[in-house]
Amino acid sequence: MPEYSYTLNRTRYRFASLADLMARASPLRSGDMLAGIAAIDPEERAVAQLALAGVPLRVFLEDHLIPYETDEVTRLIIDSHDAAAFRPVAHLTVGGFREWLLSDAADAVSLAALAPGLTPEMVAAVSKICRNQDLILIAAKCRVVTRFRNTIGLEGTLSTRLQPNHPTDDAAGIAASILDGLLYGNGDAVIGINPATDSLPTTERLLHLLDEVIRRYEIPTQACILTHVTNTMQLIGRGAPVDLVFQSVAGTEAANKSFGLNIALLREAREAALSLGRGTLGDNVMYLETGQGSALSAGAHHGCDQQTIEARAYAVARDVKPLLVNTVVGFIGPEYLYDGKQIIRAGLEDHFCGKLLGLPMGCDICYTNHAEADQNDMDDLLTLLGVAGINFIMGIPGSDDVMLNYQTTSFHDALYLRRVLGRRPAPEFDAWAREAGIFEQRAAGLLRPDIPGAFRHVIATDSGAAA
Amino acid sequence: MNKPVISNPWGALRAHTPARIALGRSGISLPTAPHLAFQLDHARARRAVHHALDMPALEGALAPLGQEIIVLESAADTRAIYLQRPDLGRRLSDRSRLELAQHAPPDGQDPDLAIVIGDGLSALAIEENAPGFLSIMLPVLAQAGLRLAPIVLAREARVAIGDEIGAGLRARQVIVLIGERPGLSSPDSMGIYFTHAPQAGLTDAARNCISNVRRAGLSWQGAAHKLWFLIQEARRRNLSGVDLKDEAEILAGPGGNAGFLLGH
Repeated sequence: MPEYSYTLNRTRYRFASLADLMARASPLRSGDMLAGIAAIDPEERAVAQLALAGVPLRVFLEDHLIPYETDEVTRLIIDSHDAAAFRPVAHLTVGGFREWLLSDAADAVSLAALAPGLTPEMVAAVSKICRNQDLILIAAKCRVVTRFRNTIGLEGTLSTRLQPNHPTDDAAGIAASILDGLLYGNGDAVIGINPATDSLPTTERLLHLLDEVIRRYEIPTQACILTHVTNTMQLIGRGAPVDLVFQSVAGTEAANKSFGLNIALLREAREAALSLGRGTLGDNVMYLETGQGSALSAGAHHGCDQQTIEARAYAVARDVKPLLVNTVVGFIGPEYLYDGKQIIRAGLEDHFCGKLLGLPMGCDICYTNHAEADQNDMDDLLTLLGVAGINFIMGIPGSDDVMLNYQTTSFHDALYLRRVLGRRPAPEFDAWAREAGIFEQRAAGLLRPDIPGAFRHVIATDSGAAA
Repeated sequence: MNKPVISNPWGALRAHTPARIALGRSGISLPTAPHLAFQLDHARARRAVHHALDMPALEGALAPLGQEIIVLESAADTRAIYLQRPDLGRRLSDRSRLELAQHAPPDGQDPDLAIVIGDGLSALAIEENAPGFLSIMLPVLAQAGLRLAPIVLAREARVAIGDEIGAGLRARQVIVLIGERPGLSSPDSMGIYFTHAPQAGLTDAARNCISNVRRAGLSWQGAAHKLWFLIQEARRRNLSGVDLKDEAEILAGPGGNAGFLLGH
């Protein structure tokens, strides 16, 4: 086994393994402390970062953090590695790789070509020695574009998932939130519901609801119910209108197993969705969610730090060519990311690692009420990720998810980010929203003050019913 | 000059959802009133998380039930430790483990059911719901002739602490009343977790959960009805958890009519 150490002023620091070195080099977060693998103090962390900077990138292809023989995610990473794509950086150390990424040699074209040559462990390692501004600058150079019924991730765009959750899956309640979101110009990435129950009849009814809304108003977007992949496959079998297949994915075989998932099942689900042929512009049919800490939570982290395991989840995601990958950064709670500072750092790392690996990254910029975080922290992360070129964020009414009991970004937040950074929705959705009278025809990004004609009947009908 | 705030005329749709719809806008931003209402709700949810359970008051509120009460604590010394170390909140402190051992039943008198009340992530939820819920539940249990262990109040507790307590009291079943993670619009939500044949080290798969017990959610009466069903079914089938859940859950489809949006 290779040895990892660093000598500083005649003191020799030894690290038990590459996983140990990675963990100790990780910026501070509560989940790594909970796992008992974090650096003992900032000085040890800084030394670990010095040692990690000296590790050649090709070492990650030989010294596997989790054994090839026992973990299918490791096998996927190693077997799908593209040596030709890797060649431009194959001679570099982690420290040298950081400088290459920051250099003018790295641009949208060279980074896209490099992506298949990078492994999650390489990008996790370099992220650990990057400052936040490095994570932003490098990610902003990446461009990942995906398509189903519209085009997501183009330069100058910012898309949103409209998340109309309701505590009892009440159809009228969900429809009310969808209307609110559409009239605030949200929903171009997906209209995606977290159902309160996993019962198939409920899920099926919600799928039909979303399908009808999209067809009734001819919205160039896609629908998704966030239920287990096996449920969605059953619903496809029953002829339900499935646009995107949802699944949570993790970075180890054991953690995925705790989700009732493996790579073959994910591929099978993708094939099932493709067979429906519902995408008009492209064949990206998967919506995947991840989040630091899920592997430790399942006791399946193999002594690795949570950020490295998170990056490994992106290898699983990359395998099925997703439309959207959403890192749900602050949902898991303070035992994994304690406060706003840790949530912000993790959000930037996840976006950076996902983009370098070629994924259409979005972020659920969020927090729970038992974390040391508030709306100002979310404003900070929202703005930073906007500058970093994030593909999509969540949009919910007033930031309050009344089903999942946490706070994420609101419809208003998306409009703030678009305005302050000059971003537009996906072009097809933008054209629809202008045509529908939601946005002004000429002035970019301005909401019209009156109710669009196509929706005026809604207000009249329901006001009458409620009165 | 025009007024800066543009209101949304679909406020009537709030009848269908607790979501914060139709907030209006100033430019593209939140008007002052909904912005500050959110700040207040967040402050309340935060208070629910950090509010320490008032043990004497809770004991007083439970006194009319006429049950013996034991007060214990988890291995998490402080709220800050509790929030970062869920493992410590799942087990008793050394002192409490000794204390619990004093209350083991005499041979041949193992209780049918142990009741554990833990602060969880919202002591507020416990203070507002636990005494009222038990005032409905206990008569049902008494009428059925179930032998109850002393009621345990546990500070800085996670759900799984109930398994250690239930096993220590040699109870056939344990229920844990615990404060749920507070939502912005629901800082007072209590969860009820139920385990048949409790023992330390069980996972969530062995438990059943009744969630969202609070004034604006599932009523005490409704929760007692569901729990009594679980208790009986678990006794009959000698199990709890995922295998029991499928049948206990009512498979009614979602309610509501989205016709106003779909135009039919």
